[in-house]
Amino acid sequence: MSVAAATPHKAWQRRTPRAQFAVWAGWFFATALFVYCFSLISEKTIWAFVTDAPAQAGDLAVRMVPPDWRYIRELGRPIWDTINMATLGTAIAVVLAIPVAYCAARNTTPSVALVRPVALFIIVSSRSINALIWALMLVTIIGPGVLAGIIAIALRSIGFCAKLLYEAIEEIDESQVEAVRATGASRAQVTTYGIVPQVLPAFAGISVFRWDINIRESTVLGLVGAGGIGLQLNAAITQLYWTQVSLILLVIIGTVIVSEWVSAKVRHAII
Amino acid sequence: MLRIKGLTKRYRTGDLALKGIDLDVPDGQVMALIGPSGAGKSTVIRCINRLVEPTSGSVALNDVEITRLGSGELRRARRRMGMIFQEYALVERLSVMENVLSGRLGYVNFWQSWLRKFPQADIDEAFRLLSRVGLDHMANKRADELSGGQRQRVGICRALIQNPELLLVDEPTASLDPKTSRQIMRLIKELCEERKLSAIINIHDVMLAQMFAERIVGLQLGAIVYDGPPTGLTAAVLTKIYGEEDWSATIRKVDEDAPDEADDNAIAKAMPPASLERDRMAGLN
Amino acid sequence: MTDVALPRRWKKPPLIKSAFLRWSLGLGAAIYLALVIQTTPVNWARVWEGIPRGARFIAAFFPPDFVTRSAEIIEGISESLWMTVVATVIGIALSVPFGIGAAKNIAPAPVYYFCRGFLAVSRSFQEIILAIFFVKLFGFGPFAGVVTLSVATIGFYGKLLAEDIEDMDMGQAEAVRATGSSWLQWINYGVQPQVMPRMIGLGLYRFDINFRESAVIGIVGGGGIGATLNTAFDRYEFDSAAAILLVIIGIVMICEYGSGYLRKWVQ
Repeated sequence: MSVAAATPHKAWQRRTPRAQFAVWAGWFFATALFVYCFSLISEKTIWAFVTDAPAQAGDLAVRMVPPDWRYIRELGRPIWDTINMATLGTAIAVVLAIPVAYCAARNTTPSVALVRPVALFIIVSSRSINALIWALMLVTIIGPGVLAGIIAIALRSIGFCAKLLYEAIEEIDESQVEAVRATGASRAQVTTYGIVPQVLPAFAGISVFRWDINIRESTVLGLVGAGGIGLQLNAAITQLYWTQVSLILLVIIGTVIVSEWVSAKVRHAII
Repeated sequence: MLRIKGLTKRYRTGDLALKGIDLDVPDGQVMALIGPSGAGKSTVIRCINRLVEPTSGSVALNDVEITRLGSGELRRARRRMGMIFQEYALVERLSVMENVLSGRLGYVNFWQSWLRKFPQADIDEAFRLLSRVGLDHMANKRADELSGGQRQRVGICRALIQNPELLLVDEPTASLDPKTSRQIMRLIKELCEERKLSAIINIHDVMLAQMFAERIVGLQLGAIVYDGPPTGLTAAVLTKIYGEEDWSATIRKVDEDAPDEADDNAIAKAMPPASLERDRMAGLN
Repeated sequence: MTDVALPRRWKKPPLIKSAFLRWSLGLGAAIYLALVIQTTPVNWARVWEGIPRGARFIAAFFPPDFVTRSAEIIEGISESLWMTVVATVIGIALSVPFGIGAAKNIAPAPVYYFCRGFLAVSRSFQEIILAIFFVKLFGFGPFAGVVTLSVATIGFYGKLLAEDIEDMDMGQAEAVRATGSSWLQWINYGVQPQVMPRMIGLGLYRFDINFRESAVIGIVGGGGIGATLNTAFDRYEFDSAAAILLVIIGIVMICEYGSGYLRKWVQ
């Protein structure tokens, strides 16, 4: 239009040239890194196997159908064990996570210089080491079985629960705590009246959320001998009973979906 | 009698919030502390019950020097000072009753408070206070279901159930509408008269301060620049406290407000059975 | 000020209002616990015996030996890191279409159900189970690990992306559509700006998870530090195992601080 032509052009750019350059450099660097990493992996890969994989997968799929439904009678107990490992492990973890979170939160810790780093270290180590590795060690120590699984789940979950809980504690409204303190309440009373009510919903939500994750985690602990449905899965795979394997996988999907649904419902009810 | 001498507070950031305040508040006096934001009003109040630790100077309540107390004694001293907060600072997920009873925490041991087994006398007193402010039917409501004015009345009950000798009031009306602000201020004033309490009220609103306080202290940059009766707040004084501004609309002509005040009073008195209020709450649920 | 009928009793109202529900929940929990204790065989003698063994086990961890197996450790860790980078990038790239497809408010019904189904299945299986199958298909080595982690990333990230899109402000998106934009333009201008900040944070978080998971899929042959760790355990070289675990902890810590810093920088 003539109006547009009459007015002098004003160049518009989303970013300044410098920012634009930084963005391009960032993308370039990220792409280069990705390509480099991929080439390293590709070096260690036998591509013949990979190209053969679709055929293999088709073959496996054929052998897995139909699932061996009669086998389901033997799966009741392992599923029960799996759920128990998740539930008890979570219960133990949340109980132990409370003092850890209390010590790790900046506003409640007895000492920022001494106690807090210890609590943070507990959290990081518990989070970094997968339940399977905990189980691997525990099976050697206390022998195979559900108990090793429960403890493994508990040890792995402490860090997760404590981390989310201490973040919740750090986010509380300090003025409510101050108000309770101003009444002349003792430290323990300030905690139970000023802090606990504020973090209770978060605490319940975290527990249920972790329980849901733990159901999934506990399905594999059997691979290293710590009980649950993983034992059956391992046995079925090593004996090449593929129809049993497919049934076990279906049962796992079902359990996980149900637990996810329960967890979502409970969290919804809490909030 | 509250006696403050040479109260100084330097925050860790290096800001000098209070520059040696001297202040005496006799028993039964309602005093308003005014001043611009950042003048140190909140710091004064918090230094009195040591929610903020003063850097130097002394605070003495009835000859007990609060600034020297150990933590156990400090808690006993805090019981005698009720505090009312700006954003109410109720524990939102506790019920109204639990919030009021939390004012007795300094008097009961941990297990009593944990199990909510407060002495019957405390519960009676809590109900009496709640009915005094017109909220006894709300005892088991959760604090976050209440309106602003109702929350502040619960906050007042929490402070009064401590059976205090002094009320520390920090911006009680900052988040309330003008009418509710007046009702709350009037309630505080009446309760102070009933119980012969002295009070220090931090307040932004100069008009409200003039209306309800018998003594005004103006604070500017951590130092007292005015101390006198409400009538002494002239344009010159206000300029000294807040800086240059046209103050003609703020300075109160005492008689003009009188009928209006009586009208408000009637509403405040009629509040306890206020079914209107109750219906509104029911709608909220 | 009228005195109401005093004294009045007050009791804390119970958390769950219905008495029946309250009692049945309590009873249910008690029954469940009793059942669990009854059906969980614990060989206490074995546990008792395990305590000194555990002490010896832990003692064998000290001091961690970084030196003897340093070549393997470095190789394993770097392999884990490559796998993490590649899997995170591929996983997130693939999860974008799945996430968009699984958002109820912008995807047509058949696409929605297909994507939701795929996400649910890929999220149901723990990484180890996926790894077992991918190792079978692709052979031992990091490629199987990359595929495993990518699929797991799609499940995690796609679901969160879908939920984020479902939670977005439709008003803003509608305004962009009202300008006559094409579908892709609409996604780019109406949807992407709303979900981007949180998704960047979640991507960094997923990177962190992928690294930690890469430490275990090696146990079933998926490459990375897990293989080294497994070998250390098999050879009873617990001091080397301790060193590996410490390295993992250290890298996770660096990732955590780094991602916190990056997130601040991005936003």
